[in-house]
Amino acid sequence: MYSKGFKPLAVATVLSILAAFALVFFYAPNDADQGFIQKIFYVHVPMAIVALFGFVAGGIMAIKHLRTGDRSWDMRSYVAIHLSIILGTAVLVTGAIWAKASWGHWWVWDEPVLVSFLIVFLLYCVYYPLRFSIEDPERQARYSSVFAIAAGAFVPINFTAVRLAESVTHPRVLSQTGGSLPGDMRLTFLVSLLAMTLLFVTLWKLELTSKHASAQLKRLRGRLELRAEEQGAATPARSPV
Amino acid sequence: MPALPLDEAGKYVAGAYLVFLTLILVYVAIMGAKISRIEREVTELLELEEEGGRSPTAQDGLEARPSPRDAGLQAPRT
Repeated sequence: MYSKGFKPLAVATVLSILAAFALVFFYAPNDADQGFIQKIFYVHVPMAIVALFGFVAGGIMAIKHLRTGDRSWDMRSYVAIHLSIILGTAVLVTGAIWAKASWGHWWVWDEPVLVSFLIVFLLYCVYYPLRFSIEDPERQARYSSVFAIAAGAFVPINFTAVRLAESVTHPRVLSQTGGSLPGDMRLTFLVSLLAMTLLFVTLWKLELTSKHASAQLKRLRGRLELRAEEQGAATPARSPV
Repeated sequence: MPALPLDEAGKYVAGAYLVFLTLILVYVAIMGAKISRIEREVTELLELEEEGGRSPTAQDGLEARPSPRDAGLQAPRT
């Protein structure tokens, strides 16, 4: 069901990641201001963008779930949010490393970009306890979808608010004027972004395939156990003489 | 702040890329463990199904017809 086209997608992901790494370390020049440390940009920013889009995509899939009642959309939404949280963790860690090297601090509390991302990340961390504290699968899927929609709507609002706020130290990457990246740096960034997007979609399909197979196995086990019980009931027990 | 020298900046860049690669590797390893558990369960269920299919024929005294899987598991030709 979900594994269709998985192999070419996985191959494209590996190739694009290798291409991105090659461009980062052998093609893109060192930044005139920050030097070699700016190479973190090519992994940190694509991860942040893909994570935020993953959160929004989770919300859109949750809308599909509530509209159609099809639980597979809830599962798609859950996996998208789950992967975005993993990427979000990496964004926070790589950002802290870059901040330490560049600004001399692991974290700057008065910087809107950093704090807003942390707020979004912590908001989505609430998704797990909410989801897994509900035992009834129908209610679990419905409540999780409502959360995913509300939180997914918060992400672009938060992003816009941060863009309007005055930046203290964190640079603006996607500006309305098209950014200030030179051509070779921009190409490297776009290939890195493509690689990260492909990685997200590949892992999303992989986890969905695994979850789907697991659910089917559970159903099959249930049916076999039921059949074994029926056979046991149909066979008359011989009483010992 | 002035740009860090390459030997010092290299540690931070390597650290950031290692974080990314480690997370991906851990994730893929967890998925691999899940898939091998699914494979184990499939084998278990197949055995359960074969046992369930064999028991009534054995009681009736009929010869059990080999399943396609059994037919494929014959002794290798030498």
